[in-house]
Amino acid sequence: MRMNRLAATMAAVLATALAAGCSGGGSSAEPAPQTTTAAAGPVKLVYWTWAPNMDKIAAAWNAKNPDIQVTVSKQAGGDDAAAKFLTAAKAGNPPDLVQAEYQMLPSFVAADAVADLSAEIASAKAEFSEGIWRMVTLGTEGVYALPQDSGPMMLYYRQDLLKKYGVEVPKTWEQYAQAARTVREKDPKVFLGTFSSKDPGAFAGLAQQAGAQWWSIAGESWKVAVDDPATRKVADYWGGLVKEGVIDDQPYFTPEWNKALNDGTLLSWPSAVWGPGVLSTNAPKGKGKWAIAPLPQWSEGENFSGFWGGSSTAVAEKSPNRAAAVKFATWLNTDPEAVGMLVSEAAIYPAVSDAGSRLGSAPEYFSNQEDFWQQATTIAATARGFTFGPNVNVAYSAWKDAFDKAVRDKSSFSSALATVQESTVADMRKSGFQLAR
Amino acid sequence: MSARPAALSAPERLPEPAPRRRRAPARERRATAAPYLFLAPAMLLFTLFLAVPIGYTVYLSVRGTKVSGLGLGKGARREIFTGLDNYTAAIGDGELWAGWLRVLGYGLLVLAVMLTLALLFALLLDSARVRLARFSRVAIFLPYAVPGVAATLLWGFLYLPSLSPIRQVLDVDLLGTGTVMVSMANIAVWGGVGFNMLVLYTALRAVPSSYYEAARIDGASEVQIALRIKVPILLPAIILTTVFSIIATVQVFTEPTALRPLTNTISSTWSPLMKVYRDAFVTGDLYSAAATSIVIAVISLVLSFGFLRVVRDRAYGEG
Repeated sequence: MRMNRLAATMAAVLATALAAGCSGGGSSAEPAPQTTTAAAGPVKLVYWTWAPNMDKIAAAWNAKNPDIQVTVSKQAGGDDAAAKFLTAAKAGNPPDLVQAEYQMLPSFVAADAVADLSAEIASAKAEFSEGIWRMVTLGTEGVYALPQDSGPMMLYYRQDLLKKYGVEVPKTWEQYAQAARTVREKDPKVFLGTFSSKDPGAFAGLAQQAGAQWWSIAGESWKVAVDDPATRKVADYWGGLVKEGVIDDQPYFTPEWNKALNDGTLLSWPSAVWGPGVLSTNAPKGKGKWAIAPLPQWSEGENFSGFWGGSSTAVAEKSPNRAAAVKFATWLNTDPEAVGMLVSEAAIYPAVSDAGSRLGSAPEYFSNQEDFWQQATTIAATARGFTFGPNVNVAYSAWKDAFDKAVRDKSSFSSALATVQESTVADMRKSGFQLAR
Repeated sequence: MSARPAALSAPERLPEPAPRRRRAPARERRATAAPYLFLAPAMLLFTLFLAVPIGYTVYLSVRGTKVSGLGLGKGARREIFTGLDNYTAAIGDGELWAGWLRVLGYGLLVLAVMLTLALLFALLLDSARVRLARFSRVAIFLPYAVPGVAATLLWGFLYLPSLSPIRQVLDVDLLGTGTVMVSMANIAVWGGVGFNMLVLYTALRAVPSSYYEAARIDGASEVQIALRIKVPILLPAIILTTVFSIIATVQVFTEPTALRPLTNTISSTWSPLMKVYRDAFVTGDLYSAAATSIVIAVISLVLSFGFLRVVRDRAYGEG
């Protein structure tokens, strides 16, 4: 009997604890009346983002819109932020608005964590280029977010050192390979570039440039083609250079890599428009010595680029204040004043088509290249993206493991690619996705 | 019995608990409530923070998600009961066992070197002729106070070719395929020796000095005292540190995870726990991660208790 009472007490305590734990979830249903009784007070929105100074931009909005007040909650960014949002959405208390990287958006949609905004923001479509808009529609009828920034890729290179080694800025990948060999011959301590097996995003961008379509939707089924001919071409090209030893194989963003960028033993970096931030912090000695050019092309006369990174603003499916959230997201990403602040305060390259006109003078680090932003805008217009699938996280994780191994063993990059394709398809099949042959 | 270090044997010397059992039924009911009352906080904490999470993990491990069609939009993804599928997949996954194999090699290396060094240092510090004992003790213990991630990054920078002073003397790729495990073991040994040494040293300090006097009168040298008296007396403490170290190496996660961005020789599934982390937080499959972590828990239980069983008879003279 005593045991029963003990059990009852414990059950009560447990129940209380569980109820407390769940009340976070309950709240998502509760605030519903808030929207109807808007007169009672302003609508309060929570916005998860990792862009710097976003709180200042929200403050500008709050000052002008007393009835919709936005609170910015600063996040860590990257994969962690995505996992955190998915968990919060599953637990039932997500923020109203969330910064979503393009490649993570499909997994948010698949988890039913973000809302389809097609009814609310169809008019915003005109503000963005076709390629970027595809990233938020996933090639469907829905619109799952508003594009915020984009990462068109270009070639960063050491102007002074290429001249020193007598190498022209490569216009094709063929020339790039030749330049890599020349540089090695002139100075065996120096590499023209490096292949990073830690950055599937960069590789995806290069594959996009070559015309890859890793995922696509055909009717009611997904088509996965991570190892399509275009991507295989890119993989074998880099695999060949690594095997030949004419480019380095150390990953990006390591202390080792920083040092090489800084001391002039690494001469180029195919990267995205957000590169200046990385270079100015990691390679301060290179100030005024780096410049940008369009990515080398696969065949002469072509003019394409891809995207590395970039993110959008999505509205949580469970947000009780969807209309207000959409209003803020639209303002943030299309209003000239807001976009101007995104550039000046958050230091991002905005996704809207006429971004170039809002960018002003070249970054201080690129003082040697006054037309930096004009060049960047021209390159951005040539970037083509692809639809990301619902398990980019699985594909990227498999990519890192497979390419780590291929780089380590100097083995075939296209068979590494085949492994990635297999893992990606196997994961989708296991989850029950409909797959096209 | 006398071989036990004081810290472990002290409670055993308390009055025998046997009479209590005989008295209990005769007592009145109010008194029988007392033990439960005293137990309640512990039971509650145990339930809330151990039993419930474990139960939830077991629950998750028999579930999974099922997607229909494109998997986009409302209701396209359902949580379903999958029975033992996650377990079959976890046990059938070659990567998990390859991970165990790597951890086994790493663990043997760490255990052997770390415990030998810890024992050596403890004996040296305890010997009569040592100088600067206090300073050495703190110096050897200090690395234990450095957080694992900080220690790994610190060593990682020492391993990187162009930053490393080691590399200027020694021309070996310290993060290469063959060497990365040794480099990693080095970090664990560096961080772990001090703690284990302290456990052994404390146990040594509890040994009555009359043993040593007796040995000296019998003509034993310092080395003989160390090997013939101290080491046998230390055996239970050595076993304790070994069990702790086995559990720690089975759970190795910090070192490989923090080194991974610096080299391409460590995969995302290098150790079993890294695989759990990847499944749960990178590829978002909480369910198979739950199943794998239960498999890992069972294996580490078997390993630790198996080791205890093998050595118990010899160390404690029981059974």
